[in-house]
Amino acid sequence: MKVLVTVKEVAEVEEDFELDGLHVAEQFLEYDLNEWDEYAVEEAVQLAEENDDIEVVSVTIGPERSEETIRMALAKGVDRAIRVWDDALEDVDLLDVGAKTRLLSAVVEAEEPDFVLTGVQANDDSFGATGVSLASAIDFEWAAVVNDLDLDLEGDVANVRRELEGGVEELTEVDLPAVLSIQTGINEPRYASLRGIRQAQSKEIKPMSLSDLGLDASAVESDLELTDMYEPETESDAVYFDGDAGEQAAELATVLREKGVGAQ
Amino acid sequence: MSDVLAITEHRRGELRDVSFELVTAGSDLASQSGGDLHLAVIGGDVDAFAEELSLDGVDTIHTVAEGDEFNHDVYVQAVTALYEELDPTYVLMGNTVNGLDYAPAVAEQLDLPLVTDAVGLENEGSLTVTREMYASKVESTVEVDAGTAAVTIRPGEWDVAETAGEPAVEAFDVEIDDSRVRSRVTGFEEVGSGDVDIADADVLVSVGRGIEEEENIELVQELADALDATLSSSRPIVDNGWLPKDRQVGQSGKVVTPKFYIAVGISGAVQHVAGMKGAENIVAINTDPDAPIFDIADYGIVGDLFEVVPELIEQFE
Ligand SMILES: Cc1cc2nc3c(=O)[nH]c(=O)nc-3n(C[C@H](O)[C@H](O)[C@H](O)COP(=O)(O)OP(=O)(O)OC[C@H]3O[C@@H](n4cnc5c(N)ncnc54)[C@H](O)[C@@H]3O)c2cc1C
Ligand SMILES: Nc1ncnc2c1ncn2[C@@H]1O[C@H](COP(=O)(O)O)[C@@H](O)[C@H]1O
Repeated sequence: MKVLVTVKEVAEVEEDFELDGLHVAEQFLEYDLNEWDEYAVEEAVQLAEENDDIEVVSVTIGPERSEETIRMALAKGVDRAIRVWDDALEDVDLLDVGAKTRLLSAVVEAEEPDFVLTGVQANDDSFGATGVSLASAIDFEWAAVVNDLDLDLEGDVANVRRELEGGVEELTEVDLPAVLSIQTGINEPRYASLRGIRQAQSKEIKPMSLSDLGLDASAVESDLELTDMYEPETESDAVYFDGDAGEQAAELATVLREKGVGAQ
Repeated sequence: MSDVLAITEHRRGELRDVSFELVTAGSDLASQSGGDLHLAVIGGDVDAFAEELSLDGVDTIHTVAEGDEFNHDVYVQAVTALYEELDPTYVLMGNTVNGLDYAPAVAEQLDLPLVTDAVGLENEGSLTVTREMYASKVESTVEVDAGTAAVTIRPGEWDVAETAGEPAVEAFDVEIDDSRVRSRVTGFEEVGSGDVDIADADVLVSVGRGIEEEENIELVQELADALDATLSSSRPIVDNGWLPKDRQVGQSGKVVTPKFYIAVGISGAVQHVAGMKGAENIVAINTDPDAPIFDIADYGIVGDLFEVVPELIEQFE
């Protein structure tokens, strides 16, 4: 059996940053594996550990820089990786859900996985949509925001819990093959061991271009255009306490006491 | 003229707030171009729901009496059938957990561009959507070049529509293809409460990822003790197993409305704020002056919690 895990290297902006047109200026970005994908990777690796003959393949759409991040997933037990990139992607300001779906569908066609895991959302542009969109395109069943997974391979179903709002969980049976979007907290992502990190050096990260996937530049054309980016005006009307930590704490303590907190 | 089709949501017999927010967003969008607002109610007691949704700005409510609870396969089939019947310009849905579970499939099957988690919508010839990126530190606008689009709106951003109206209510028959219903909801469970119920507390000291290590939780517990307060947290603290699930505040945790909510090392992500914005007084302690939590704070300390919290404890000893 083959499990495909989609992983994205996401950018986090530093506390002080500047914008450069429709982007955050590069020097203020730090890159990391998307938090949700860490949990998806762990879930896939655990499935492979609990069952015989499961291969875990990760796929990312990202530039060469992202290989360093992808390697961390390999160090945690992913068997091999695919990295989709192309010159046609360099100039795309916003890779929309439709475009990602077309690229990932082509990877699914080439790899023929039995099961796909994604994160609930990518923590940079937060569309929260790629997994379900992909499922629909490749005619897999799906479930979004999964925080518990029990795979019944003989019965061809996944018994999942979907985490709804307000502490309510939905129990759902999902026919296989399926795409599941994984919620944080479903497991405890491991740290990569030294041995894992060493082994990851020799694992494959296969680059694939649009033509490798049987696609052309039209696959990444989008009807969405990023037209502006700005720092939101602060809406804060908070009373700020200044000074050093001692002074700040003293002022806050005064307010708290006035309002009857910790006053005895 | 742009007609809008908005899909409402309900759970366990009740319409969810986002349904009424969709009416506001949808009627704004439709009226900007003189179009109609169509609402869809799928599953549950559709007639009772339609009555509740008979609000000003709604032109027609389409009821689809299929199933009791949400099932994404049924929703996708019903919405695509309605789309084909009504040919609207825009399909509006909620960016809720169930929205995440069906909206992308609707867009994919109808070949519509999808913009999720909108916080603003403007229709001036073409649709411009405002959304947040990078954990709310940046806002961006996205213009939709196609004539049509599927959009999900962020819960809590638009007002809840309340003014009564007189829309037409029409039953809409969909042939649900059962062979394409390949998931089944078998039940619901509520995450139980342990010995403390954070929703009952007058004062909450709430800790977030800024605390860095499990062993540092002790420090905020000490502050909570000094203030005679209860300790709660943001999601990552619970995900890491540092505090039990019943301490989590937010969209998927508990909604709390204490007299004082003291957020320590919490950024103020939208899903967190959903659970605590109703607090009477909000205090934020955070090193990042631009952290979104300050937007809703009444009192702010820009500073390092590892310096501020010990000083604060000392003030109360
Ligand atoms: C479907 C869904 C449901 C979700 N439900 C919830 C929910 O119910 N509740 C919830 O909380 N989240 C929820 N989330 C997650 C949410 O999106 C955020 O990831 C989460 O709230 C972030 O928690 P945080 O603020 O503790 O961490 P971060 O966002 O990492 O923020 C940490 C903050 O600490 C500050 N900091 C760092 N060091 C210090 C220091 N020394 N002193 C002071 N400040 C410091 C930083 O400046 C930063 O602002 C949900 C997400 C999804 C997709
Ligand atoms: N560029 C990408 N490459 C690989 N996977 C991605 C990419 N973008 C999104 N995904 C996957 O889709 C999930 C949801 O992302 P999004 O819909 O962009 O919020 C992420 O957690 C990833 O697993």
